[in-house]
Amino acid sequence: MTTEKDHSNNAFRFAYSSRNLWSGFLFGLGLVAFFDETVFHQLLHWHHFYDKSTTDMGLISDGLFHAFSWFATIGGLFMFADLRRRNALWLTRWWGGVLLGAGAFQLYDGTIQHKLMRIHQIRYVKNVLIYDLTWNIIAIAMIVAGAILIVRTRHRQQQEEAISHEH
Amino acid sequence: MNINNHIHHGDGIHIYLADGIVPQLLLALPFVLALVMYILAAVVSSSRYKQWPLYRYAFWIFGILCAAATVVGPLANRAHIDFTAHMIGHLLLGMLAPLLLVLAAPMTLALRILNVNSARCLSRILKSCPVRILSDPIVASLLNVGGLWVLYTTDLYVMMQQNIILHVLVHIHVFFASYLFTVSMIYIDPTPHRTNFVYRAIVLVIALAGHGILSKYIYVHPPSNVPIAQAETGALLMYYGGDAIDLVLIFILCFQWFRATRPRASLSMSQSVNS
Repeated sequence: MTTEKDHSNNAFRFAYSSRNLWSGFLFGLGLVAFFDETVFHQLLHWHHFYDKSTTDMGLISDGLFHAFSWFATIGGLFMFADLRRRNALWLTRWWGGVLLGAGAFQLYDGTIQHKLMRIHQIRYVKNVLIYDLTWNIIAIAMIVAGAILIVRTRHRQQQEEAISHEH
Repeated sequence: MNINNHIHHGDGIHIYLADGIVPQLLLALPFVLALVMYILAAVVSSSRYKQWPLYRYAFWIFGILCAAATVVGPLANRAHIDFTAHMIGHLLLGMLAPLLLVLAAPMTLALRILNVNSARCLSRILKSCPVRILSDPIVASLLNVGGLWVLYTTDLYVMMQQNIILHVLVHIHVFFASYLFTVSMIYIDPTPHRTNFVYRAIVLVIALAGHGILSKYIYVHPPSNVPIAQAETGALLMYYGGDAIDLVLIFILCFQWFRATRPRASLSMSQSVNS
């Protein structure tokens, strides 16, 4: 029961399906990094700007990710504007990307950067394990939710493309 | 303690020398010249061609003021003894001023008002091989961020505070390397040697990371004779101030991508989608 307009809109969406995913992924990654900086560094002062136990690799990794997330937020939003301009925005897939990007960065930050490279702890308290667990479980939940949305939109695209080939 | 006293003493003499009215005027001269030449050129260009946009005058004037503030006047004098003031100066001279001056499109203006032969000569220089190498994003980033690493992680910073010629040379390098870096990333003026967007984006991210990592490095390993408290404020300023200015640079780069990839013919679009 798709109208002519819906059909053409879907065709644009499918043509730019990976750009929807990338735009969401970059924006999600940038968003969670921005949230981390504003809430945990500036407002709560839980995270430290520099922790004496930071390894050299941690300093480099943190610098690269900070710069990349800054770029990704803006780049992701310009890609979003580009998709809207092309009438190719596919919000479900875009949100899948956002959740995946946000979760992936948070998990990397919470395991490798906080624990392995020791750039800083989530909070300087005795029972930091609870904070670490909460942090990483939220990260995994976002990755799973994002992956579900991405797989489902991919299935839908494959199904509809199969139908349109039959016609 | 003795060493510190000695250095502060040296700084005192240095400030006294640069504080006289004649050195101050000499230092201010290039900025006044740049300001007057640009405004004259813009007025001449406006009388011959289309009106030169007002916002470009504003970019140029603010850019020159930012750069001049780091060389003459109270901030420049304070920068010799206070690392935080030095870092404000670095943000102005090495980040904000170049960005504003690039946005003022001085090369476009020069090409407009020069006579045909000189303009051809200028455009031949812009197209030449050395300029192509210098304006490559990687080379420009190395000169810019690499130069800062050399400045803050070696004794150059201390030497610069005691030698006026070295001091001027470092400032000139910081400014021009940063200008080069900005023109290698965003295209406001005629740019004969263009590189693709993804290449520029990757190099920009690495260069920004280099700047951020250096700020954190200074936070714990300040140049010798810089007190730790000043180093910490200076480093935070470099980190977050740098982020603010980089935000503008990233925005312009992405905006130029957005304009360049706009869908052109609707015919070819619908063909590619329907096929």
